[in-house]
Amino acid sequence: MPGRVRRLRARGVLGINARNIEFVQRYNPRSRYPLVDDKLRTKRLALAAGIAVPELYGVMSTPHDTARLAELVAGRDAFVIKPAHGSGGDGILVIAGRPARREGQFRLLDGGQINEAELRFHATNIISGRYSLGGHRDQAIIEYCVQPDPVFAGVSDRGVPDVRVLVFRGYPVLAMLRLPTRESRGKANLHQGAIGVGIDLLTGCTTHAVHHDTAIDEHPDTGLPVSGLEVPHWSQLLELAAGCYELTGLGYLGVDLVLDRRHGPLILELNARPGLNIQIANRVGLRRRLARLAGAADDRPVAERLARLAERLG
Amino acid sequence: MLQNRGTRVLLLSLALLAIGLALMAYKWRVLGFPLMPERQSTVWTVEAAVHFDAGPGPIKLNLYIPGLTPGFAILDENFVSRGYGATPRYVSGGRELQWAKRRARGAQSLYYRAVVYRDPTRVEDDTTPPFPSRPVLAEPFGTAAAILVEEVGSRSADPASFTQELLKRLNRPERDENVDLLLGPAPDAVDIARTATTLLASALIPARLLRGLYLQDQQRNAQIVPWLMVHDGTRWLYFDPRSGEQGLPDNFLLWWSGPDNLVSIDGGRNLEVRFSVSSSVMDPLALAQRRSEAHLGPLAQLSLFALPIQTQAVYSVILLVPLGALVVAFLRNMIGVQTFGTFMLVLIALAFRETQLLWGILLFSLLVALGLGLRFYLERLHLLAVPRIGAVLTIVVMLMLAVSILSHRLELDPGLSVALFPMVILAMTIERMSIVWEERGAGDAVRQGVGSLLVAALCYLAMDLRWSRHLVFVFPESLLLILAAMLLIGRYTGYRLLELRRFREFLRLEQD
Repeated sequence: MPGRVRRLRARGVLGINARNIEFVQRYNPRSRYPLVDDKLRTKRLALAAGIAVPELYGVMSTPHDTARLAELVAGRDAFVIKPAHGSGGDGILVIAGRPARREGQFRLLDGGQINEAELRFHATNIISGRYSLGGHRDQAIIEYCVQPDPVFAGVSDRGVPDVRVLVFRGYPVLAMLRLPTRESRGKANLHQGAIGVGIDLLTGCTTHAVHHDTAIDEHPDTGLPVSGLEVPHWSQLLELAAGCYELTGLGYLGVDLVLDRRHGPLILELNARPGLNIQIANRVGLRRRLARLAGAADDRPVAERLARLAERLG
Repeated sequence: MLQNRGTRVLLLSLALLAIGLALMAYKWRVLGFPLMPERQSTVWTVEAAVHFDAGPGPIKLNLYIPGLTPGFAILDENFVSRGYGATPRYVSGGRELQWAKRRARGAQSLYYRAVVYRDPTRVEDDTTPPFPSRPVLAEPFGTAAAILVEEVGSRSADPASFTQELLKRLNRPERDENVDLLLGPAPDAVDIARTATTLLASALIPARLLRGLYLQDQQRNAQIVPWLMVHDGTRWLYFDPRSGEQGLPDNFLLWWSGPDNLVSIDGGRNLEVRFSVSSSVMDPLALAQRRSEAHLGPLAQLSLFALPIQTQAVYSVILLVPLGALVVAFLRNMIGVQTFGTFMLVLIALAFRETQLLWGILLFSLLVALGLGLRFYLERLHLLAVPRIGAVLTIVVMLMLAVSILSHRLELDPGLSVALFPMVILAMTIERMSIVWEERGAGDAVRQGVGSLLVAALCYLAMDLRWSRHLVFVFPESLLLILAAMLLIGRYTGYRLLELRRFREFLRLEQD
């Protein structure tokens, strides 16, 4: 066991305790947490800064507001209801469309259907704090349902694949593509069974993959290889992610982006305590890259930072 | 250097550790609080019963009582003497108790009772005595004494060997004529010891006659035993006047010193004193508490033991909670076990103390499983959050009642203790487990449930150790040690044990 510790350390693998003490607590001021913990605030902040996010259809803050749900989604076939203070993808309900002939029915990603009353009940649950971190009252957000770029269609089961970029003090340090699986039921969270595929930061090409902490090379549902894919709009994605440093003031930040068929790269949400599986997906320990950037803060504009990325990553 | 948080935490925890350990060491070594729960201390109750017939006139009775007692300390003493005024005071032979009464008739009984315990730190702290003046003895005793001192002196080197040689001569069965003259016919041990002090004084060696009792088992009628104390110029030495052996037996309780009688009386007849000794075991805690009162005076009142018993009982549980919290912190941050909630597990562990571990786990799992099943049904009714959790709570209470009644019918007594489970925590656990179940699947829910039970069980085991219960209660300053450990875990940046498994791909890939 001491040998394992030594070898992991030699690979520069960052553990959860070290992440919390040396990075999250050190580089993320508490006062900035609400900016990312409240998805509504994140969205408004991004819009004010001219950053593209999924369009907001409406917000429900009290159980009474849920009466307006039908009105808020009128004319929208697909949409997403999610808690403003959720964590780890809990409580996110994706409505993929409406069945042709049935009024007041909604189609889920897995093909199942729910009616309006059930949808309102879900919103009520969100509002009563069921999915929020401390069980506090919450708000239910209704927003645009991202139509994923078809480039990943072969390697994702329903749902929306997203790109997680870990940004340290304004510099992207690791990135991965998160592909939903049948197991994750359309969600892109790794602990729910989605797969994570490492992305070479400089080329935007996928490398290795991880599924439940195990290295894999093929998508478990489709059997197609997941490495060697080129993520479109890569430099734009990096730019958006790196810009979130200025946006939030958080030094250690996970940025989740999606590629929409029509709107291109959008910022989905931000995370002040991003997970560590991104290391397994990339087969790269974080420590060395973080250590290179831990020196003096650097206030260059985003474009300049990205130009220097290769050099800074070493 | 203090800028560095890690160093600051390290120094702070070291300071806490040092203070905690120092306080514990002081209480252990000086005040005698036991580190281990079971050790029992023996205390002896020595009673002197004085019987006499009241004579004419006012009664005044003087009784020697223990004062300086090498090897023992007096825990408590009292006088039972109805109608008598009793005043203890220090006199030349030690301490004396004077009983006085204006008028009395018939047989009188007075009692003095002392409770003593062994205390090796008590020694004869008398200062060096002056050289005794050479006793003036009438002839032919003076000559006999001078010859004896001369002979013994020529066969010895120092006060110790002088005393031993002298006692040998005095105790020899076929006595020479000088000894015979000095001791008189049929001498007892007191006569020998008394003669020895006179002869030692003739040789300018300070010596005292001591009287005391052997403390052993139960004695209805304990005998006063004489002992001899001799100063060799630097310290007091003790000798058995009969055998001449040096040293004081460790069960010898010194009662008084000097040639005087134990008791003297004015206004009474047929005086008789009887000693009885009984031993008993005493809770070492109570003993230590009494001792700390003697050491610290009013400061001793700033102690857990000064609180009312019921409050003490409450604290005996409360003081264990930080220990449980430490176990939780360790298991979560150093091992990496996933659980529902954090410190509510400590409360579940406290409930296990009442139900016993196996039953606790069984009942807890049963309630959560049943509650979860009903909770899934409630989900379909689409209720608002607070009434829904309230409903779960109500169901939990009903299930608890059902389990109690059922197990009572089946004569499974431990089932009754289910009533001691913290039901609000059960309800919250069911609620959170159902959310994890729906959102992340049954596997995650069961894994976290088992993790929670494991942590609660380990918490229970740590808090239920007799030793830890004893230690936190008797030495509440051990909380400083727990605090120090907590701070250290709080700055632990190494891998969690389960992370070594989580990141195993790195190791596997390395080997390829």
